[in-house]
Amino acid sequence: MIKNIKLTYLFIFYMGTLLISGCSKKEDPTPEFAASNLAPFSVEFDNIVGERTFSLNNSTSLYTNAAGEKFSISMLQYFISNIKVTTADGKEYAVPQNSSYFLIKGADKATRFAKVKVPEGDYTKLTFTLGVDSLRSTMGIDHRTGILDPASGGDHESGGMYWGWNAGYIFFKFEGNSAVVSDDINGDPTGKKQFKYHIGGFGGYSAPTINNIKVITVDLTTAGVAKVRKDRQSNVHMFVNVMKVFNGTNGFKIAEHPNVMFSDYSVNIAKNLTELFKHDHTEN
Amino acid sequence: MSKNHWTVFFFLLLFVVACKKDSPVVTEIERFLGFEKPVNFPVPVYNFEANPVTKSGFELGRALFYEPRLSRNNTVSCGSCHIQSAAFTQHGHDVSHGIDDRLGTRNSPPIMNLAWNKAFMWGGGVYDLDLQPIVPITTHEEMDENLENVLSKIRLLPKYTRLFKAAFGTEEVSTARFMKALSQFMLMCISSNSKYDKVMRKEANATFTADEQAGYMLFKAKCASCHVEPLFTDGSFRNNGLAKSPINDQGLYTATLKETDRYKFKVPSLRNLQYTAPFMHDGRFLTLAGVLDHYNLEVQQTTNLDLALQAGGKLGIALTETDKTTITAFLATLNDQEFINNKLLSEQ
Repeated sequence: MIKNIKLTYLFIFYMGTLLISGCSKKEDPTPEFAASNLAPFSVEFDNIVGERTFSLNNSTSLYTNAAGEKFSISMLQYFISNIKVTTADGKEYAVPQNSSYFLIKGADKATRFAKVKVPEGDYTKLTFTLGVDSLRSTMGIDHRTGILDPASGGDHESGGMYWGWNAGYIFFKFEGNSAVVSDDINGDPTGKKQFKYHIGGFGGYSAPTINNIKVITVDLTTAGVAKVRKDRQSNVHMFVNVMKVFNGTNGFKIAEHPNVMFSDYSVNIAKNLTELFKHDHTEN
Repeated sequence: MSKNHWTVFFFLLLFVVACKKDSPVVTEIERFLGFEKPVNFPVPVYNFEANPVTKSGFELGRALFYEPRLSRNNTVSCGSCHIQSAAFTQHGHDVSHGIDDRLGTRNSPPIMNLAWNKAFMWGGGVYDLDLQPIVPITTHEEMDENLENVLSKIRLLPKYTRLFKAAFGTEEVSTARFMKALSQFMLMCISSNSKYDKVMRKEANATFTADEQAGYMLFKAKCASCHVEPLFTDGSFRNNGLAKSPINDQGLYTATLKETDRYKFKVPSLRNLQYTAPFMHDGRFLTLAGVLDHYNLEVQQTTNLDLALQAGGKLGIALTETDKTTITAFLATLNDQEFINNKLLSEQ
């Protein structure tokens, strides 16, 4: 008896689903999910700073963090990798790793898109890594090409993202100037009032060390499901609020931590980095 | 085995050189045997499958090793701080002396038997030989250059166009090719023909003297747990009780941030000590006698001091004057003249 009721409910539900899909088909049919049926998809990393747009070397119009410290930004670069999308019914597609590394550069607007190919479908969830996964971080030199080439970008001043001495990549590089930075050894002894945050650490090659790789999952249902089709460019538009570096859950003052690189404190900042990403809308 | 091969190669080379004037065709007989594991050595750690050593790859690597364009102002090559006659160290310098007369903080380690190395640098942080050269190239006190510039400079030279093509089939100069060629040269820097090796391989009736033999027994009892034969290192990182340096170099800790790694440095090989003074990560001991004095009397109870140096509640390794004499005699059997005189490894 109970079983029959269940079956009846299931039947009604099934018919209802059929009806719904039957209706939507007329306007925008959801293609059958097939891993080989690839179509263009992109994620746009649109950098912002609190309530303002992102601009480099903004010395005439400084930003202000929650601690009231005024600052300008001179460098922003970060790795996005391992993009994965999921449909409402749980079908997942991970972009093949070799096509899934992107270096977003604040100084180069063209780099703000992570362009990939995923199967046609409607996606309600987006997952990506901020940084370079540990597997790739320990691969041989043959697997480090393009933006992962240790020679890429030149030295650290000109945008290089490879740490030679600690055989790994800087995941998130954020530099700027603030009057609150001291002129002594704890701040910037050159007197340029520079702050530098180079956040990396892939967990160690043979023994565990700090791991600042962050996997970010974004629910797309509120601000717009990604409808990926061959005849158009579905683009998930993310706002990346770099103010959260200072104002996130582990908020801190530039004056107290003007230089954070490979150190225990970097773990606190890396936690803030997961709060940078907010889905604003989707262009389908 | 290996020695014989090198010798054969050397004579072939002589032959080639001798004949060259009359008949360049003879060069075809020249044979390159690639990487060969000495029979008394363990299986190498390096992944040769991804980078097999070839004659042309080795030659390209050798040219790059001695290439001053790897430094910012084209003055310093790898060979500047890794001098063959000093078993590829910078003999006489406590810490390395790099570009613009800048001084580093560490003693230049030997380029020797690297195919068996699991980790690089005195303080670790690099675990793949193919990625190691990035460190000296980019370090402010060493070559102070960046890899992108190095590759650009190399691309401009016809010599390298030719060498890259010979080694890898096309003229392309990429990071991977550059690193692999350097690795090929460094992997061939094998020191395995000391008196010790000949005794172990029972070559030409080589035997230890009484002092050397006594020293060998003492070495096995007192030193061999860290300086494991036949490489004379176990490749681990340990705190050997050095007094903290003025700059408080914390060694492996800097790369791992683990409390248990503070003041640990890589256990160095004991091969070729005659050519590689001074000793320790900062070159603080000018002589071997100074090192033995340290283990006998000067070991400090610092954080993470190795357990082997505090056995029975006593610091260090007790050594009598006779012990020191015999151990010194044994260690002298680890000097490898063929290695420091091998013309194949020299700047051409």
